Order: sequence, then structure tokens, then C-alpha cells
Amino acid sequence: MPAVRTRVPGRVPWVLVLPALAGLAFLVLPLAGLVIRAPWATLLTRLGEPQVWDALRLSLITATAATAVCLLFGVPLAWLLARITFPGRRLVRALVTVPLVLPPVVGGVALLLVLGRRGLLGRWLDAAFGVSLPFTTAGVVVAQAFVAMPFLVISVEGALRAADLRYEEAAATLGASRWTTFRRVTLPLVAPGLAAGAILCWARALGEFGATITFAGNFPGRTQTMPLAVYLALETDPQAAIVLSLVLLAVSVIVLASLRDRWVNTP
Amino acid sequence: MARPPSRRVRSLLGAALAVLTALAAVGCGSTESSSGDDRTLVVFAAASLTESFTALGKTFESSHPGVSVKFNFAGSSALAQQIVQGAPADVFASANPATMATVADAKLAAGQPRVFVKNRLEIAVPPDNPGNVRTLQDLANPALKVVLCAEQVPCGGAATRALAAAGVKVRPVSEEKDVKAALTKVQLGEADAALVYRTDVEAAAGKVRGIEFPEAAKAVNEYPIVTLAEAPQPDLAGGFVRLVLSERGRTALTRAGFESP
Amino acid sequence: MNLHAHLVVERAAFTLDVELAVAAGQVLALLGPNGAGKTTALRALAGLTPLTRGHITLDGQPLHPLPAERRPVGMVFQDYLLFPHLSALDNIAFGPRCRRTTRAEARRQAARWLQRVGLADQAATKPRALSGGQAQRVALARALAVTPRLLLLDEPLAALDAHTRPHIRAQLRRHLADYDGATVLVTHDPLDAMVLADHLVVVEAGHVVQHGAPSEVARHPRTDYVARLVGLNLYRGTAHRHTVSLEGADLSLDAAESLDGRVFVAFPPSAVALFRARPDGSPRNLWQTAIAGIERHGDRVRIHLDHPLPAAADITAAALAELDLTEGQRVWAAVKATETHAYPA
Repeated sequence: MPAVRTRVPGRVPWVLVLPALAGLAFLVLPLAGLVIRAPWATLLTRLGEPQVWDALRLSLITATAATAVCLLFGVPLAWLLARITFPGRRLVRALVTVPLVLPPVVGGVALLLVLGRRGLLGRWLDAAFGVSLPFTTAGVVVAQAFVAMPFLVISVEGALRAADLRYEEAAATLGASRWTTFRRVTLPLVAPGLAAGAILCWARALGEFGATITFAGNFPGRTQTMPLAVYLALETDPQAAIVLSLVLLAVSVIVLASLRDRWVNTP
Repeated sequence: MARPPSRRVRSLLGAALAVLTALAAVGCGSTESSSGDDRTLVVFAAASLTESFTALGKTFESSHPGVSVKFNFAGSSALAQQIVQGAPADVFASANPATMATVADAKLAAGQPRVFVKNRLEIAVPPDNPGNVRTLQDLANPALKVVLCAEQVPCGGAATRALAAAGVKVRPVSEEKDVKAALTKVQLGEADAALVYRTDVEAAAGKVRGIEFPEAAKAVNEYPIVTLAEAPQPDLAGGFVRLVLSERGRTALTRAGFESP
Repeated sequence: MNLHAHLVVERAAFTLDVELAVAAGQVLALLGPNGAGKTTALRALAGLTPLTRGHITLDGQPLHPLPAERRPVGMVFQDYLLFPHLSALDNIAFGPRCRRTTRAEARRQAARWLQRVGLADQAATKPRALSGGQAQRVALARALAVTPRLLLLDEPLAALDAHTRPHIRAQLRRHLADYDGATVLVTHDPLDAMVLADHLVVVEAGHVVQHGAPSEVARHPRTDYVARLVGLNLYRGTAHRHTVSLEGADLSLDAAESLDGRVFVAFPPSAVALFRARPDGSPRNLWQTAIAGIERHGDRVRIHLDHPLPAAADITAAALAELDLTEGQRVWAAVKATETHAYPA
């Protein structure tokens, strides 16, 4: 990059730097608190408990599955919003972002009302296929996908809007159908946005609590993800909750850092 | 371009700081306004006491002009954790002695906690009782979807004791985070049965059906109440505890489905 | 005729309405100022912009009902639009792959094309690492690799710097000579058009204002835009034998040709001679005027003449010094009748 970046040396604008440092401390101190107050002496024995690994394994599996579900449905949805003009598009876009502002617990109740055993669709699913989502691992995935999908859709839609449409025209003149164009030109062009969206989506799914416990309930090994385990441990054994939180924190930091290096070229 | 921040930015920042300070003052003021005429009593109470304590709070306010009663209803364990972490409260009413012990062990109880009511479990089923549940033993049927409270919360502990006393093995589909969550699953028809408090069945007012079972006697929860050692309003706190223990308080609580100790 | 098209595209503030005809193996250049509708015409041929009316016929088959991806057309875009995530080879193989060729065969074809455009050693290079000239050749190879029957080039040389341009232009001319289908080329550079095209169509404000062989257009411009492009002074007038009375100027010029009626009359700036005093021997086309501006073009100097006949005159730097000309100065201008050409309007 050219030398435009360093500006004329001058007074540091404290009016910006001080709030910035305060903001940084605000975000970092609670994490530092977790690390400082962790029961390091008993950490290893606590980590050896099978519940920890059950919850962690379940969290990783469900968050990944939820991300896959979001990619499968969210990318076409983002494409629709970015590329096809249809009446009510603004309304649809607003609806897509609703789970962002909806309290997750309410999302969970809403899922129960639709996909529950007596829900609008769930009743039919149960009668026709004997499929009932609440209290199952699949239910956890559904709850996480519901809450995390907007992150993916918004991110991919933004990338699609920013992408140069003329590449798609070039593909058309070379004989590519719309599907081929989407697969071989559009998707690679928006790959950074797609990766960022998928990472955000995965992270949101990993931390999901409210919709999960409301829709899928809480049962170790089946629907008890890390955040649920943390919450319940907090009721009686805050030390255990700290250990669980540290594990979740460590795993997410490792995964996000490695993905970021690999997929998102940040300077 | 390194200009000093403009007057406009500075005044904006000043305004933001003023707002923050004011917010902080309000936040503290709600519990520390002991000076002045208007006083606030803060009661931390188990979620199952929501209906009955709200009514008693109104009674207390009408007999103590200038006093307002604020409640924090939540799971007893969560409340105990908040008190131990320094939450400013005057009275703590818990759904079981074990949770109260957490507070007492931290030397935060002023005096001996007193049991003011008892609560027992019932089986809650949807009004149409699709699982055809009649006894506690029926819950062992693997085809039934049964939800219990997680063992970490009082209703879960009580359920474990009752099931153990009856020698019944239940494999729940979920261990809910509190009794209201368990009840909701039954209300929505997602679960065929749940073990909840009698008071919760009463409060659900017809949306679920309660089934009594004899083993519930083995797992009766006692509700202790205490004035807290660091209560900002110790005299009001004492007055509220007396009201709860009085004949009048007992009547209100019995009406909600509690039993006298 | 291989390609015959009548393209009508109506927009809110603009209407394109042009007719084009190109034989197989021939190159037609669409020449015109920015915003004239050249690129719109090309996009309409490719199927990227829908026709409001009209038709496109290629080898006797109607083309306009087909979507872009079903037209036997290859297009080179102005900034090439090579797919940034694909190597040079895979960019070229993209088209064949879309036409149900196996991956291996598509890559073999692409490799042959890279060879033909002299870039066999750049097969694995990503577009951002190619020079402008290399990217242009890859784009050309990519368009030709689908074996189109119509090749469309949108300003194929505009993105190149002046240094590499003549070389790439010569190469492009060779590749176009090898290509046996019809080619339509869009440019605003008359030199590109003259060198590359067999037939020139000049478009202004959405309409064809002149067409013909490049040499014909260059000699006989019919609009001020074309005259400026080919560097001629152009006027309208009425001819009676060799004498042309100019429109809007109280002046007549004697021309080499003998005509009657409305005509264009043109002469190159280099044919104009300037004098401080009225020259002796009185040449036929002589008038007094003032200098409106002076511009240097290398070793030549262009003098803009004012009323009564706005014209450009090219003189040498030495002549400028000798005549000691300044802006606003009155001079005599003369043009030989043998260099003044008249043709019917």
C-alpha cells in the first residue's frame, strides 16, 4: 500500500482514543476475569468429566450442522434478495432480519408453535412421518439455524450486491447457464463474504442459548450444548461454569483464528 | 489535519457523560434512597411465589404509605448467587432450605431463616391427558415424553427424591432450567407430563391438569424466608417477613396452593 | 450476408436505432463518441440488453429470440472481465466447459488457444498477474474458444497504454484475419477502426450518420465529428461547377471536383497556408481572418482560424516563428483548389 496511510504527525485525538481504550477494556476485562478466577488447581480433574466433553462435542456438531443448513438455504435466499426484483422484496429483507432482534427465547417459543408436536407444521410432520423435533439434537440444529441464519444472509447479500455483475454477463456470453454462472463465477467472487458470513453464523450458533433451551430442551448428550451446561452449572457450581466457559472460549478462539487466517485475508 | 476536537464534538461528549452519570445515579438510587420519604423495599423471591407475593406486596404498600415493594422473582439458586455476588436486597424467600443455606453460609442472613410455607409436587399433564397418566409409576413408560426440572434447581431435586422414594425410573426428554419452563412444555403439548409444584398447576389456571400422587409427601419443599444482613431497609424487611408469617399472609399463600408448615 | 441486424433499444432519454450488416470473415467497426450507443448495440447483439424492436439474423437464423448463453457469440469486454479466481488457462476453458466438453478436452483446447496467442507459458497465471496486453489476448482467446460465429469486441484496445497499443493492435489484426466469422468492433479511436475494420459505421446519438469503407469515410466525412476524427476541415455548401458557396459564411471555395447542388467540401489543415500580408499572384481560395488559438502538436503547430470560416491550419514551428503569429492577429489564409474536395451531400 502507498504511504497514504500514515498521516501528517500531529496531536493524538484523545477524544477518540480514550473511549476506544475504555471500550477495549470493557470487552477484554470480563474475559480476563474468567481466566483469573478459573479454578486452575482443579482444572484438569474438572476437564476430565465426561459431561464437559459431551456438551462440547454436541456444541461443535450442532453449530457446524446449523451452519451447513444456513448455507444450504441462506445463500439462495441472499441471492434472491440481491439479484431478483420482486414485489415486497424490502418486506422480505426486513423479515429475514427479524431473528436478529427477536429475543432468542421468543424465537424458541415461536419454533415450538410451528414445529412442535402440536405446532402448525409439526403436527403434520408427526402424523405423516412420526418426526418430532423438540427434545432432539435435530431440534438444537433447527433452533441454532433459526437464530444464526440472518448473519449469513446479510453478509452474503452484501457481498453479492458489491460483486461486479458484468462477470456474470461475461459468463453468459461464454454459454454458461444461470446455475453454472452462480456456481462457477458468482460464488467464487463472493467467497470472502461467504466465508465471513459462515464464520459469524457458526459463532452465533455455538453461543446459542435461549432458542435452544426453549425449543430443544436440555438433556445431557442429546440437547445440552455448552451454553446450556454453563447456565445450569451456574445455578449450583459457578466454578464448573467458569471451566465450561473457558473451554468454549478456547475452542471458539482457536477455530475462528484458524478460519480467519485461512479464508479471510485481513491485513 | 490534526485539529483539536471541535467544540461541537466536545459538547456532545459532555452531554453523553452527563447522561451516563445520571443513569448511574438512577441505577443506584433505586435501592439507596433511604433518605427522604419514599422508600423502596426489595424482595428476592422464588419464581413459584410470583402470584402470592405480588398480592402481599400490595397489602404491605397499602399499610405502609410512601413505601413501594419491588420484587425480583427468579429461580432460587440464581437469586442466591446474585445475593452472594452482592445484589442489594432486603428480603430473600427461597424455594428450599439448601439454597437458603448458600446465603446463610456466606453470613448474609440476619437471624435464623424461618419456614413459612411448604409446596409439594404434582404431575402436570395437558388438559386432555394424551399420555393417560394416572400415577407416578405411569411416568416410567418410555413412550411418554416426560420433562423434569434439572437437578441443579429445587424442583428437580424434589422430583429426584420423590421418584427415588417410589422406586420409579424415568427417562426424561429434557431437564428444564426451572419449573416454569417445565410447565410451559406441558402447556404447549410438547410434553405428556412434568413434575411441577402444586402452586404452578394452580397458577396455570386450567391450562394444565394436576395429578396428585402419594409419594409427593416424601419430597415436600420447605420455603424459608429471611431478612438479609446487608439490607438497606432492615426495619421494612422485618415488617414484610412478619406479614408473610402472619395469619393474613398464610391465607394468601394457602389460596395459591401452598401448605402451611 | 452473414450477420444482418436491426437494433432498436429505447430508454427513457435515449433511443438506439441502427442497422448493421457484416459478411463472414469481415470486420465492422462501430465508431462514435461516448454515449452514442455503440456499447448498447454490442450488448444487444450479445443478448445482454433486450431489444425493444428489430431483429438479429446470423447465417439466416434468427438470433434475437435466444438468451445470451445460447447465442453462438464470443465477446471481448472493454476491461476484459477475466474471472479473477481462475487461471488464464481455466478462463479460456470456461466456455468449452459450458458447452458440455469434458474438463480434459476443454483444457486441451484452452492450451491450444494460449499457444496461438503466444501465452503458453502463462497458463497458470491469475488475471491480476497478467499485463494489460496479455489480459487482452487471454480475453480474445476466451471469446474465440467457444468457436463463435459472431465475434464482438468492445473497445479492445482502450485499456492499454499508448506504448503497447500499436503492437497489440497489429496482433489483433492478425487474429481477426484468421477468424472466419463476422466481427463487430466498437471503438472511439479512428486509428483502431482504420487498421482493423473492413467497414465503418459511425454512430452518433443512437443513429448511423455515416458508413462505408474506412478510406472512403476518412476522405469524405459527413459530420463534424467524423471530420474531427479524420482531421479534415468540413463545410456544407452549394456547388455550381467548381465553385462552392459555403453555408453560413459569405465565402466561396473553388474545389477540384465539378458538381452541382448541395455538397460537402473538405480540406486538410496542412493544405492551409497563412500570410501576414495579402499574397501576390492571388490564389483562388483566399480570405482574411483572425487567429483564435495556437496549439503545439510535436513539431507541428495547429492554428485555429476564426470568422468568417472557422478552420484548422497546420504549419511548422519554423513558419510560426517566421510569421510571428499571436492570438487575435489578422492574417490571410489560402487553400489550393486541388486540395479542396467536394462531394455530394
